Amino acid sequence: MLRLIARRLIFAVVTLWVVSMVVFSAIELLPGDACQAFLGQMAQGKRLENCRTEHNLNAPAYVRYADWALGLSAGDLGKSIKRSKPLEDIIGPRFRNTVILGMTAALVGIPLAILLGALAALYRDRRPDLWISFIAIFCMTVPEFITGTLLISFFSVWLGWLPGIVIMRADAPLLDVLSKIVLPVMTLTLVMVAHIMRMVRTSMIDVLASDFVMMSQLKGVSRLRQVLMHALPNALLPTINLIALNIAWLMGGVLVVEVVFNYPGIGRLSVNAISDRDFPLVQAIALLMASLYVGLNLIADLLALLLNPKLRSRGAG
Amino acid sequence: MSAMVDILKGVMATRSGKIGVVLVTFHLVLALVAPWLVPFDFDAQSAVIDHAGPSLAHWAGLDILGRDVLTRTMLGGREALLVTLFGTGLAVIWGSFFGVLAGYLGGRVDDLIMRSVDIFLAIPWMIFLLLVIASFGNAPMVMILTLGFFYGIGVVRMARAATLEVVVKDYVLAAKARGESTLSIMANEILPNVRDVLMVESAMRWSWMLLAFSALSFLGFGVTPPTPDWGLMIANSRIYLALAPWPVLMPMIALSSLIIGINLTADALAKSLGVDKTTRALV
Repeated sequence: MLRLIARRLIFAVVTLWVVSMVVFSAIELLPGDACQAFLGQMAQGKRLENCRTEHNLNAPAYVRYADWALGLSAGDLGKSIKRSKPLEDIIGPRFRNTVILGMTAALVGIPLAILLGALAALYRDRRPDLWISFIAIFCMTVPEFITGTLLISFFSVWLGWLPGIVIMRADAPLLDVLSKIVLPVMTLTLVMVAHIMRMVRTSMIDVLASDFVMMSQLKGVSRLRQVLMHALPNALLPTINLIALNIAWLMGGVLVVEVVFNYPGIGRLSVNAISDRDFPLVQAIALLMASLYVGLNLIADLLALLLNPKLRSRGAG
Repeated sequence: MSAMVDILKGVMATRSGKIGVVLVTFHLVLALVAPWLVPFDFDAQSAVIDHAGPSLAHWAGLDILGRDVLTRTMLGGREALLVTLFGTGLAVIWGSFFGVLAGYLGGRVDDLIMRSVDIFLAIPWMIFLLLVIASFGNAPMVMILTLGFFYGIGVVRMARAATLEVVVKDYVLAAKARGESTLSIMANEILPNVRDVLMVESAMRWSWMLLAFSALSFLGFGVTPPTPDWGLMIANSRIYLALAPWPVLMPMIALSSLIIGINLTADALAKSLGVDKTTRALV
C-alpha cells in the first residue's frame, strides 16, 4: 500500500518535471524571444538589449531553464515582462479566485450530479430519466459562453436579480467573492453536472443489475437502504477517477467562463498574458494549471486506492 | 459502402438519431452552398440603420455595424466546420495509430506511449492553443494541426483500450503465426475490430473540437474579422443583448443546433453499434 502511494507520488513529480520542460521549450520554440514578443515593433537597439539583460535572456536556454526550475522549487515563479509586481502577487489572488470558483461549482455540482444520476438510473428509460438525460445532453453540448450569456440575459437583464458581470478587485475578501459568483458557478455547474451525472447513471445501472444487489433485494432489504448502502458506493468507485479527469478537462471551460463574467481568475489572466505576450507569466500559469491537474488526479488515485481494497491487494498500478 | 448504409440505418432507427442526422446534414449542406444563397454581402453595411430588428429585407435584423445577421449566420459555421472536420480526422488518425500500436505491442512501447499520454494530458491545452495561435496566427492550417494534436491524445487512450480487448483473440494469434508484419496485423486484424469504437470516438471528438474552436473564436483567437463566425458574432454582440437580441440569438441557435445534432448522432451511433461511451472521460 505504502509502496503504491510512493509510486504515484513519484510519478506525479516526474510528470510535473517533464511538463515544466515541455512548457519551457514550447515557449523557446516560438518565433522570437520573450522580449521581442513583448516589445513588438519597438524591439530593437538599446531597448531590446536592456530588456534582454534585465530578464537574463542572453544566457543559454539550459541555464535559464535551470534558473527557472530552481526558482520554482523555492516558490519563486519568475519575473513578469510587462507587469511590475512580482508574479506571486499577480497570480496568487487570481489563483485563489479560480480555486474558489471551481471548488464551489464542484461542491454544488458533484452531489447534485450523483443524486440526479442515481435517480435517472432508478427510473431508467422512464419519464424522469428521459427528462434528466435530455436536459443533460443540452447542458453538456452547448458551449459555456452560450449558457453563461443565456443565464445573464435571464437573471440580470430580464429579472434583474443578479449582476451580469463580476466587478471586484482580484484580492477581495472571501465573503465578497462568494456573494458575486452565483452566475459563473451556475454556468460551470450545469456543464459539470451533466457530464458526471451521465457517468453515475451508467455505472449505477450496471451495479443495480449485479448479483449482490439482487441478493440484498431477496433478503428483504428496503429499496432506500439497498440504493444508498449497496448500490451507490459501488457505482461511485469507478467514476472517481473519471470525475477527476473531467474536472481537470473542464478547467479549459473555466477560462471561458471567467472571460464571460469578467471574473478576476487565473483563466482570464492567462488570456490577458497571452494577448500582452508576457511569456514568463504564461509559463508560470501553464505550470500552475498542470500542477492543479496532477494534484487532482493524484487525490482521485489515492481515494480510489483507499476505497477499493481490490486495487490495494493486487498491487498493480 | 453497404456497411456505411447499415450504420446509417442503425443511427436513423431512433428518433433522436434521426434528428441528429438531419441537423448535421443541414449544417454541412448549408456550409457548402451558403455563399450562393445568402441575400447580402457578409460585410456590407447598411449606412442608415444598425441594430434594426427583423424586417422584410433583413429577416434576422442587423448587427451593431448594420450588417445582415442572417447572411452572417449562414456563413458563420464554414471555417469552424472546415477546421474541426480536418482536425478530427487528423486526431483520429494519429491517435488511433499510436493507440493500436501501444495496445498491440504492449511492454516497453506501451509504457512509453501511455506515460507520454499521461504527461501530455497534464498540459493545459487551452493555454497552449492560445499561445500557438498568438505566435503563428490563426490560419486554418495552424488550427487544424494544433487542435488535431491535442485532441488525438485522448484518442490514443481509447484506441489502446479497445485494442487490448481485440489483441487476445484467436484471429490475431493466427495472423501472428502466419508471420504477418506488425503493420499488416494492425491494419487488417485489429483496425476493423476497433472500428466501431473509433467511429463513436470521432463523432464525440468532433463535437468537443467544435466547442473548443467556438471558444477560441469567442475569445477572439479563432478567426480574423470581418470573417463571419458564430463564436465571434456572439462575443461582439453580447454586450448589446438587452438592446438587440437577434445578432446574439441567431449564431447561438446555429452553433447549438450543430453541436446538439452531432451529439445526438454520436449517441445513436454508440447505441446502434453497442459501444458504451458514457463511462469515458472527456480527455
